[in-house]
This record gives sequence, structure tokens and C-alpha cells, in this order.
Amino acid sequence: MKKWLAILLLVPTFAFAAGSKYPLDKAEINLNDQASLQRGAQTFMNYCLGCHQMQYQRYQRTFEDIGVPLDIGAQYLQFTGEKVSDYITTPMPQESAATWFGAPPPDLTLVNRVRGADWIYTYLRTFYVDESRPFGVNNLTFENVGMPHVLQGLQGTTRKATEMRMIDGEQKEVNIGLRSDGDGKLTPEEYDQTILDLVNFLAYTGEPARLQAEKIGKGVLIFILIFFVFAYLLKKDYWKDVKK
Amino acid sequence: MNALMNWIEQRIPMMRVANMHAIQYPAPKNMNFWYVFGFLATIVLVNQIVTGIWLTMSFEPSAERAFASVEYIMREVDYGYIIRYMHSTGASAFFIVVYMHMFRGMMYGSYQKPRELLWVFGMLIYLALMAEAFMGYVLPWGQMSYWGAQVIVSLFGAIPVIGPDLVIWIQGDYVISGATLNRFFALHVIALPLVIVILVFLHIIALHEVGSNNPDGVNIKHKKGSLPEDQKTSYKIHEYYTDKYDIVDDVVPFFPHIVLKDLVAFSVFLFGFCYVMFFMPEMGGYFLERPNFEIANPYKTPEHIFPVWYFTPFYAILKAVPDKLFGVLTMFAAIAVLFALPWVDRGKVRSWRYRCGLHKVNLLVFAVVFIFLGYLGGTPQENWKIVASQIATIMYFGFFVLLWIYSGKEKTKPVPERITL
Repeated sequence: MKKWLAILLLVPTFAFAAGSKYPLDKAEINLNDQASLQRGAQTFMNYCLGCHQMQYQRYQRTFEDIGVPLDIGAQYLQFTGEKVSDYITTPMPQESAATWFGAPPPDLTLVNRVRGADWIYTYLRTFYVDESRPFGVNNLTFENVGMPHVLQGLQGTTRKATEMRMIDGEQKEVNIGLRSDGDGKLTPEEYDQTILDLVNFLAYTGEPARLQAEKIGKGVLIFILIFFVFAYLLKKDYWKDVKK
Repeated sequence: MNALMNWIEQRIPMMRVANMHAIQYPAPKNMNFWYVFGFLATIVLVNQIVTGIWLTMSFEPSAERAFASVEYIMREVDYGYIIRYMHSTGASAFFIVVYMHMFRGMMYGSYQKPRELLWVFGMLIYLALMAEAFMGYVLPWGQMSYWGAQVIVSLFGAIPVIGPDLVIWIQGDYVISGATLNRFFALHVIALPLVIVILVFLHIIALHEVGSNNPDGVNIKHKKGSLPEDQKTSYKIHEYYTDKYDIVDDVVPFFPHIVLKDLVAFSVFLFGFCYVMFFMPEMGGYFLERPNFEIANPYKTPEHIFPVWYFTPFYAILKAVPDKLFGVLTMFAAIAVLFALPWVDRGKVRSWRYRCGLHKVNLLVFAVVFIFLGYLGGTPQENWKIVASQIATIMYFGFFVLLWIYSGKEKTKPVPERITL
């Protein structure tokens, strides 16, 4: 009987298919790293909030959770003239944005729970020059995306790098990834770290209660374990008289 | 205190009912691991009702506010995220325990005479639960809520003649809209929970009338006067049962014995439940699907539309049939045939322990096919899966056909007189 039970429990271990075909890089996010979250918030407020909102998240809660004093946050991380108790919204009119970009820029509060950290981390690092697109850039992770490469100033101009290789006796042009012209403000390592910090911040806003939940959860599980021991001993005591 | 209890008892049968249905209810002593899921289902039902009440305090059932109000609960209501995760994890947990409970009934023949109605009430609960879960899934108004509702509601459009009008009647609009959300909310929080609670009540009353089955499928109640005194139970069993029957010495009272056993099972279950709830509430995209963290958008179809995992076996059956109407009929038949199980099985022996080898194989294959159908219905369509789901669908119904055939003249093993532990 136990064997069958084990089989029943083990069978459904298949995974849901991911949407993207481009191989994703692993984003090692760490919600306990407040310095990273603060840098991520800074990048978000400076580069993303111009178009994207975070309409379900408030400044105040964010500052408190990532360890930024409210007055400092209001001074250095708030640019839209809102109160610290307000939701993080963009000044860009969403209806015009829909006309300019083809679709309104998606709200980013929950983007990490929709796409996953690895996807965002890879996506923001795989823009490349493509003159056929309206904004002059395309993306390997999200083909024909309607978003300009906002972080180009940091990353530099990135192009698809190709190489001629002999394949099946023929010279063929093979894609070997992206290469930056080196005109960005950041080195490739610094850029990766900046994106990682941003993804970390987005992971936080997707589920602000994550750390609190895990803290409470540990206590709850320990309580249940202790409860189990007593429940088991009590049951054993009452059942010892039951005839076999 | 005693005087007060007497005063109450003379006016309402409080202790009598408690003794009859809980404290002095005779339960077979060999009820094993598989017998805890009914209790767990009741616990989950209570969890869903209590957390549901608290969720409605902050949820706003309108197309404009539903999604935002869920995020409000997740972020700004004190411990709101715990209440929400308890409810969302509870929905999946409900189906896990109910599927285990149903499979238990099939292994030990708990649907056989005299428990046919008990099984039918159980199936009605399952049906109501599916409607309840479906409508609840629409409420957060995410992408999967919206498109899942679109797919399920459109099934009714396959019904000839009245189909298209029926769809509009269900939606309350020409498309899935805020009007649909509103009525689903009403049904989800009032109508269906009421139906489920009443059905659970009837399920338990029916159970206590016929008595609990057990892994041996042996009767614990014998004709009055047929048992010698030393074979009768020495536990205090309520007169409701002892007046009509001789209760064999293989039972324990529900309280404290079964309650304590259930309590141990409950703490194991709760550990798993809380682990998921606090550490992985999405359960890898099974309990909370990724696209549902994006607000419903009628102009943007998700890449793949799946129902939640507990519906996927039936979704696979639906997709296996090329014709829409016939597919819908096949899917409903897959549920309807379960209702008929007590009459499809013509066997006289209940527990699979004492039934023929073919029965064991048949039942296990059925379980595997059901899980395989779930896999097929929950993953993106591929060519091989069409044929696979057709074969699996035939095998699903094949279980019942085979059962009907061999159960008529089945070679069974001798059933023991008394329960073996």
C-alpha cells in the first residue's frame, strides 16, 4: 500500500513550459540584501518610472522595507511630486503611451511574478541594434519588443556579433551573442550588477511580504512539529488498549 | 453546571446529537491512513469559509477594482497575504484531499450497497466544488481568470439550439465582463458554499446511517441478537446504533480514538499546507499561475490557456475529441459515469484486498490514466498528445466497462468474518 502511495505522490513532477525560447541566465536575487534593493530602487525611479508604473505599491512601504529613511527617500527617490504615502505612478499619460508604443507600458509591480527574475535579468541585457525597428533596437529574449533600450547609456551600444564558420562544408554566418561598442558608462560587469539589483527590487515589489512570510512560516512549522509530537503521543496512549 | 446542561438538553438535544454523531459513534478500529481525508476535507472547508469571509471584507467584485483589491489585500491589509494564501492554497488542498478521499472509496468499495447514496452525495459535493473553484478562480480578474472563464463558459455554447443564448445568460453580457464577475462573486460566496455545506451535512448523515466502511470491507454491525455477549464491543456506543444492531468488538468510539488519529494526520497535513503557504504559495505555477499576476486583458490572449491543475484531466478529455459538442458531452460523461459507479460495479465483495487481481490492476491503471490525463491537459498541445489523450480517454471509460464485465462473475478471495488489524 505504501508503495502505491509513494508512486501517486511522485508522478506529478512535470513542469509548466516557459514562454520564451531564448536560454535564460540565472538571476541570483537576494531579498535580504538591502543595499542591492536600494540601488535597484534608484535605477527603477531614474530609468523605468518615466513610462512604467507600480500602481499597487506605495513609496512609504517601499522605503520602510528596503531601509531608506522617509525624508531621504522623498528627496532622492521621488521625482513625480507625489506624497510619500502615495502609490508609485508615472506622470506619463497612459493613453498617449498606448499610441506611442503600440501598447501602454505594462505595470511593473508584479512583473517578477509574471515573467520570473531570470527572464527580466536576461531581457534587460539582450537589447541589440536593429535599424528595422521603430526605436532602432530589438531584443533577443523578447523579439520585436515595443520598448526602446532605455539603459543604452549605461550598457553602451550592443550589436549582434557574428562569425563565419564552416558548417556542412559551407561558410555560414553564425550568431555568437551580443557585443558592446564599449561606449557605455558601465563596464559589462557593472551593468550586470545594476540589472541584478533592479531585478532584485522588482522581486521585492512583486511580493513585499515575502520575507515576513518566511519569518512567520518558520515559527509556524516549528509549532506544528511540536504539536505533532504531542498529538502522536496522546494518540498512542489512547490506542494502546485497543485489541489487535 | 449540570443543571444548566439539563435545562438545555430538555429544550434542544445538544448532548444527544453530539454523543450520537461524534462521541459515541462506532468506527472500525482498522481505519488506516486513507480514512483521514474526509476529516481533512471538512477542515479545509472550514478554512475556505473563514478565510473567505475575511477576504470579502476587502475584495471589490468589479472589473475595475477586483485585481487591484487583491493586491491591496496582499500589501496593505494586516496579514492579508496570509489570509489570501490560506484561501488559494486551500483551494488546491481541497481537491488533493477530495481526490484521495474518492480513491479510498474506490479501493475499499465504499460506494457499494448500502452506501450508494452516500457516494452520490459525495459526487454532488465534488460537482458543486468544481463550480465553486471555477468561479472563485475568476474573481481575482487576472489573465487566466478571464481566459479560463472564456473557455469554460463557451463550452455551454456547444449545446444545440439554446447554446449561444445560454452563454449570454450565464455571462450576463455579450462577453465575459464585470457583470460576469459580479454574479460569479454572488454564487461563489453565498449560493455554492451554502449548497456545499448542506450536501456535506447530508453526506455525514447518510454516512452515520449506514456506518463507516473499512479497509477489509467487513460489516461491524450485525443483526440484533446474532452476536454472543463476548463478541460485542465493550466501548460505550450510542443507543441509536446498539438498539438496532449488535456492534462487533472491532470498533472504537469516534471520540477520542478516531479524533486523536485524525489529529495526528491533521498535524502532518498542516505542516505540508503551511510549508506551501509560507514558502512557495505559487507551488511552481500550479496553485497560482504566472499569467494570473497580470490583470485581465480582453485584447491579449495568453500563449497557452490551461485550467488549474485539478480540472486538467477533464480538459484533456475535452480536447481529445475533435468535435466540440461531442467533446463537451464526453467530458460531462466522464463525470457522470462516476455517479453511476455503485451500479456499474456488480461485485459483492467491497475491499480490493479480497477482489480479483484484475480489479486491482484495473483500479491502479485508472489512477495512473487520470494523472496522465491531468498532465496532458495541463501542458501545451503537441501532436503526440492528441493521440495520447484519445487513448487515455478510452482507457478512462474502459475502467468502467471492464469493471461492469468482470464484476458480474468475479472470483473473489474469502472475506474474513472479523476485522484484521
